[in-house]
Amino acid sequence: MEKNIRIGIGALAGLLLLRNLYVILFNLPDEMAQGPIYRIFYYHLPAYFTAMCCYLTALAASVLYLTKRDLRYDALAMAATEVGLAFAAVNLITGMIWGRVIWGIWWAWDARLTWALICWLVYFGYLMLRQAIDDPSERAKNSAVLSIFSFVSVAITYKAIEWWRTQHPGPVLSFRTGKQLIDPEMERMLFTNFLALALLAFVMVTVRLRQEDLQRQIDGLRRRAHAL
Amino acid sequence: MIFLQVAAKDLRSELRTKESLNASLSFAVVILLLFSFAFDPSGEAVAEFSGGLLWLVFAFAGALILNRSFARELPNDCLEVLLASPVSGAQLFLGKSVASFLLLLGIELLCLPIFGIFYNITWTPKILPLLGVFVLGTWGLTILGTLFSALTVNLSLRELMLPMLLYPMLIPALMAAMRLTTILLSGNDIGGDDLVWLRLLIGFDVVFTTLALALVETILVR
Repeated sequence: MEKNIRIGIGALAGLLLLRNLYVILFNLPDEMAQGPIYRIFYYHLPAYFTAMCCYLTALAASVLYLTKRDLRYDALAMAATEVGLAFAAVNLITGMIWGRVIWGIWWAWDARLTWALICWLVYFGYLMLRQAIDDPSERAKNSAVLSIFSFVSVAITYKAIEWWRTQHPGPVLSFRTGKQLIDPEMERMLFTNFLALALLAFVMVTVRLRQEDLQRQIDGLRRRAHAL
Repeated sequence: MIFLQVAAKDLRSELRTKESLNASLSFAVVILLLFSFAFDPSGEAVAEFSGGLLWLVFAFAGALILNRSFARELPNDCLEVLLASPVSGAQLFLGKSVASFLLLLGIELLCLPIFGIFYNITWTPKILPLLGVFVLGTWGLTILGTLFSALTVNLSLRELMLPMLLYPMLIPALMAAMRLTTILLSGNDIGGDDLVWLRLLIGFDVVFTTLALALVETILVR
């Protein structure tokens, strides 16, 4: 049953991504100033939002682990962080491609880019720490604390374009600016693609959770076999 | 005020052995020397990146002190005894942070004149505001570093893991401290737009001190 739901949501995400790709490439017009390269935003921004949602999930799961001491929350925090890192990498790479075309350089050391990279490194450190600890409850406890600390960098990354004057474009979406700065059709597509990527992330997190569950079962069986 | 006793204990044991103090100070001088090969140390532009240079030295030297903060208690299971004693986790953590803070501040104050001589920088006119920046920046470095020292104390790779975790997380404080130190070493006052860096540094210290004190009990209790 659970597997069927996962496959269903995965298929829905896949179909939505295909449909969005078609609309982005063939239906939506080029942007006036940037030309066709602006289309990368339909992946750059939704990937960033998806990564933020994953980090937020990891934060909530870490707090829940510390209050309830249930290892399933720890597994959720780990799975959400891993998937979040993948989407944050998509965000960084698509941003670099856009920068190469528009700015003429792959990377600019401005606040938003730097913070996005710091955020990635901080969460990568979280996964490194997990790998270095063998005892499951010790690992869960220490990494939950680190996850809470790491979220500070997510908050700073989100606010960086307001706090510093950056080369990175400022906020454009209406929920942040309170104004309609971009075409409503374009804004709608950003959110539709965010939905597709978020569904994909959801499926990836559940697959990772299932793997973790199986790993725990295998470890348990191995321990039992060892005891015999 | 038990944390002061913990701090005094740590300082006493460090001043008797001087193991991390000597290593950290000599390491700081070696890095100061190495930087002189990367660029022209007698050039006009040195003042412009003096803050960045100094704080990189402090961050590297600090990691050596912070690594020892909890690791010092590992032989003879001293950490277990400390945790079993009626001292709360927060008091123990605060005591260790204060000890590391004072040690690192001492090293910074020794490095500053050496830096002034090597790189021809006049630092004496702005000594008081400079001291303020050192105190704020070093507190941020030690509070986060001591927490991560507790987090990584039982790892075999702790010497590697501590800087790996600490440096990226420390960037807001380092950025602010570097900027403010550069302004002061260039002979200017902190004011106008630059106050945002001071606010960032104070905000960092407040946020991470609160978070660390709230969560340290969880880390230390086994």
